[in-house]
Amino acid sequence: MSTAPSTPAPTVKPSGSPVAIRCRAVTKTYGAGQSAVRALRGVDLDVHQGELMMLVGPSGCGKTTLISVIAGVLDRDGGECVVLGDDFATMRPNDVTRFRARNVGFVFQSFNLIPTLSIAENVAVPLLINGVPRAQAVSRAKDMLALVGLGDRVNDVPNRLSGGQQQRVAISRGLVHHPRLLVCDEPTSALDHATGQRVMELLRGVALDRDLSLVVVTHDARIFEFADRIAEMDDGRIERITTGQGHRVAESIHGGARGVNGK
Amino acid sequence: MLSIALKMLFRDKAKYFGIIMGVTLASMVITQQGAIFIGLMSRTFAPITDMGNPDIWVMDSKVQFIDDTKPLQDTALFRVRGVEGVAWAAPLYKGFIRARMADGQFQNCTVVGLEDATLTGGPPLMLAGRLEDLRQADAVIVDAIGASTRLAKPPLQPGGAPRPLVVGDTMELNDKRGVVVGISQNTRSFQSQPTVYTTYSRATTYAPRERKLLTFILVNAQPGEDLQELCNRISRVSGLAAYTRDQFKWKTVTYFIENTGIPINFGIAVTLGFVIGTVITGFMFYSFTVDNLRYFGTLKAMGATDRVLLSMIMLQSLVVGGIGYGLGVGLASFFGYMSRHTALAFRLPWQLLFASASAVLIICLLSAMLSIRKVITLEPAIVFKG
Repeated sequence: MSTAPSTPAPTVKPSGSPVAIRCRAVTKTYGAGQSAVRALRGVDLDVHQGELMMLVGPSGCGKTTLISVIAGVLDRDGGECVVLGDDFATMRPNDVTRFRARNVGFVFQSFNLIPTLSIAENVAVPLLINGVPRAQAVSRAKDMLALVGLGDRVNDVPNRLSGGQQQRVAISRGLVHHPRLLVCDEPTSALDHATGQRVMELLRGVALDRDLSLVVVTHDARIFEFADRIAEMDDGRIERITTGQGHRVAESIHGGARGVNGK
Repeated sequence: MLSIALKMLFRDKAKYFGIIMGVTLASMVITQQGAIFIGLMSRTFAPITDMGNPDIWVMDSKVQFIDDTKPLQDTALFRVRGVEGVAWAAPLYKGFIRARMADGQFQNCTVVGLEDATLTGGPPLMLAGRLEDLRQADAVIVDAIGASTRLAKPPLQPGGAPRPLVVGDTMELNDKRGVVVGISQNTRSFQSQPTVYTTYSRATTYAPRERKLLTFILVNAQPGEDLQELCNRISRVSGLAAYTRDQFKWKTVTYFIENTGIPINFGIAVTLGFVIGTVITGFMFYSFTVDNLRYFGTLKAMGATDRVLLSMIMLQSLVVGGIGYGLGVGLASFFGYMSRHTALAFRLPWQLLFASASAVLIICLLSAMLSIRKVITLEPAIVFKG
């Protein structure tokens, strides 16, 4: 799987960019007593600004739990997790919610686009949550959709789009409010190979353009090449972190082969 | 975000119409059954409504409602007239007398005997003839509904339509001759018998011979007189019961509420409407929320606070409530309008509209509470579960 020699968890990205996410000895247990499931057993992980970090591993290894803790949608039980300089454990729930609204973008496996809204309205949702007036939010959403090649479909409802197009809408929604962290859960698992590649090219390009941090949970080995680093998880722990080819892919993308307009 | 909430609601047409249907059904049943109940109860005091002149009704203290006649001695009238603050007092006879029709059939009538001199207590509106014509020999005035239905003359040909009584026709009241000199328009009353007006002295000749025939004393207060004070004074002086017009209406309604099964029957219908409406609305709204739970979770993960989500659900609930209420009240009103020329009792005061709106509001709040609880307790991490 790895494309480079295994390395211990580094504290800085080779490029020297600052750490955006710092997790130390993070634990999380579901349930109690004999039925308790220890989903995270002391995770150490750093993700840098502008880095695309992939979390990989078998089902049930704790990837989704870790991404949930990092995104602030799930409380950890122990350890330390500082995201963009803030520790959710010391914040009030409403402040965590507001933090997510401002700083975190989400891309989901099954897109989670609201089927009764047009794609422009779907993309405008994070802006509306942040209090942007409706007209301005929809206008910015349309601009964002134009960037991902869906400028002519802004009034369509999600069900009229292909899977790849829907995921591009979801990516637009995740980025429209300029978050500093984008978390993606299996962003290509519902897509064919070619579409998955194009979606990852889009994500990869955005990460570089905006200097935000991407954490991508995936099973899809075909997209590992887009990662800067790959954290392999098993049984609630990070077993090893390997360096990916993301920087090379990025150079290729910025070399003019972005190709995000196809399905 | 509120516009998003409305679009989520409006564009899920099946659920939207289902919820609207539930609220509409509840609103319509509550309003319609309530309006019929109020209409019926209003009819119980229709004779009091029709007699606009008197401020105060004086009667035997055992009288429970307008049709419960317990005659007084004639001297009671003079005692009441002597009470300080009474501008005038008039006798009124009210009783049930059998009329014999032209075809030999008998029909019970409510006979109202008005004071000979002033004709106080006459019908509210004359459709034919004049009230003063009652001073003619054997004169009676018949209400229009009675004249065209129960007192109508037989058809000229077999199978034809009965012919309404008209001015100039005659009838027999307890073997005494009555000549119709007028047709009046009365408020429909709870009793189905026709109403026949005549003078007090003539009514006492129609009535079966009894020692006492004075049924009510109608009193008008002197200007500026406190009516309740005057009622108390009349009761003290005469030993009789005295009520203001509104008090007597309410006493009559109370009698029917306490002594008939009418409120229970309508209460059951209204309660059923409320319960069925709540169940349908609650189920459909909850189902709508559950269907959208993934999206509420997504909004929550993306940073929508509980307050925002609560506002969205409350808005959705209130909007369907408002639309359903409007449709329900509209349908009930249409029903009332279409039945305006029938015998159906239907009265839709603003208080009933308010009560119906309150019931719909409760239905919406109950429905929303289920959904709100579901959404507020939702873990945003659910969005990462495929």
